Amino acid sequence: MKGRAFWLSMVAALVAGLLLTHFIDNDYYFNALYVILQGTVMAVAWNILGGFTGYVNFGSAGFFAVGAYTSIALGKAFGQDFPLPIMIMAAALVCGLIGLGLGYLTLRLKGVYFSIATLAMAIVFETLMNNWAYVGGARGAYILTPDSHLWFNSYIEMLFVLMLLLTLGSIAISRALNASRLGRGLAAIRDDEVAAECAGVPTLKLKLISATIMGAMMGVAGAPYPYFVTFVDPASAFSLFVAVNAIAMPMIGGTAHWIGPVIGALLVGTAQQVITVTVSSELNVLFVGIMLVVFISMAPQGIVGLVQKFRARRAR
Amino acid sequence: MTVPVLTAGGITKRFGGFIALQNVDLHVNAGERLGLIGPNGSGKTTLINCISGALFNDEGSIEFEGRNITRMPAYQRARLGVARSFQIPKPFRSMSVLENLRVPLEYAAWSRSEHRRITDEAMDVLEQIGLKGRAHENSAGLTQVDMRKLELARALAAKPRLLVSDEAMAGLSSAEVDEILEILLALNRRGVAVIMIEHIMRAVMRFSERVVVLDAGQKIAEGTPEEIVRNPLVERAYLGE
Repeated sequence: MKGRAFWLSMVAALVAGLLLTHFIDNDYYFNALYVILQGTVMAVAWNILGGFTGYVNFGSAGFFAVGAYTSIALGKAFGQDFPLPIMIMAAALVCGLIGLGLGYLTLRLKGVYFSIATLAMAIVFETLMNNWAYVGGARGAYILTPDSHLWFNSYIEMLFVLMLLLTLGSIAISRALNASRLGRGLAAIRDDEVAAECAGVPTLKLKLISATIMGAMMGVAGAPYPYFVTFVDPASAFSLFVAVNAIAMPMIGGTAHWIGPVIGALLVGTAQQVITVTVSSELNVLFVGIMLVVFISMAPQGIVGLVQKFRARRAR
Repeated sequence: MTVPVLTAGGITKRFGGFIALQNVDLHVNAGERLGLIGPNGSGKTTLINCISGALFNDEGSIEFEGRNITRMPAYQRARLGVARSFQIPKPFRSMSVLENLRVPLEYAAWSRSEHRRITDEAMDVLEQIGLKGRAHENSAGLTQVDMRKLELARALAAKPRLLVSDEAMAGLSSAEVDEILEILLALNRRGVAVIMIEHIMRAVMRFSERVVVLDAGQKIAEGTPEEIVRNPLVERAYLGE
């Protein structure tokens, strides 16, 4: 997508979102859209380390939950009216640092061993939260949504627009990264780390940058979560489903290109919402599982890969 | 007057109890063509892994153009001007041939590249190597000989002063060997020192000004190609008693 077309569609998406808040009164739609957008940020974030750099992270739920718990802790410390943007920035900082730590793991761990370590990391954080009474421990924490919701009709409408902004921001970052010199370095690492190093790519530094951005973005996705659900306990915040979605969406959309996780997240996220409402909420888990298996076995490059293949065939 | 571009002294590398290299000295003069030969498992690839920084040697020191690079990570050596090709080609498979060259141009040679002309510079290299027609093809789909050329092209795009070519000709036909040989000779004419590791004797003998022979991790001979073929130690290493 060319620069101007990209920015125009970004603005169009934002305007469309604002118009929705103006014309739709049913809060359910904003709930559903919020979940889809949250999934999009997670998918875009996962893809920066998993897709661009080639390090598969199973611990997405850990970052997401730590982002949520950062908000809870700040809310406990400074009151529930503490400004949400500052909570989001704090979550980005905390989870970015955790991402940096995860990046150092890549020094010693590659492939499946790295993935297992990320899974273990999420469990470590879950255990910590289970035992930290200040943020509710295993019993969980109730969050009172603040009274003020700016000029929006309801709090959920404001959260939806906030998440829309965060989504557009993360997509812009991911796109810029994908096309840049840095992005080419990351792709070289994904394709062959030894060859990348010998071509002058400072692999460790780039992996650290990639992991930090990934962590910070996931923290950002998690930070408004307590205000969305109003009750958070470790079991729901660290849910495996968050991690599975963060992997499935980019895989289905295609991991090598920035637009892959966006397509995947919108498609899978929307389908999940539709299935939850029309069939059952349990079945949507099954749906993601089946989609993932189908795509990994039949179209490992995802939807973007299918489109590229189709285009290449037509060009011939 | 010959100035060494690379001086490696007393290189020892162990893998557990196995001594892969024992006290090996190696120097390469500026603009020189050095052949590195030896039977399988003699430590050739380990030696150039130590030179390029893919492995760190346990003992000994390595100097490149007067700078001690013994503990320097591989990417910094690449930036100084040490480039290598791999025995088993390692293209960046998700990229086109052209993009493969952008990586070294944007990283290893970044301080020496014209940032606005990266694509042109990559095309120049592809033209020298004879891969220009394949610039926009996916690198994973290349033929064996083109894959080898891509390895060399990528090393070349790093604008090296020392190129280590690790068996760039293994498995190629006679005509293809000549093609690769011409590329290396042309490169050398522009002042790049080359270490060539090869099993194809015809190529090594034609190419090298000086040959170093490794056997079981030790340097057993060094000299002009003519001296090496007459050396009884070399004969024994290859053919046995």
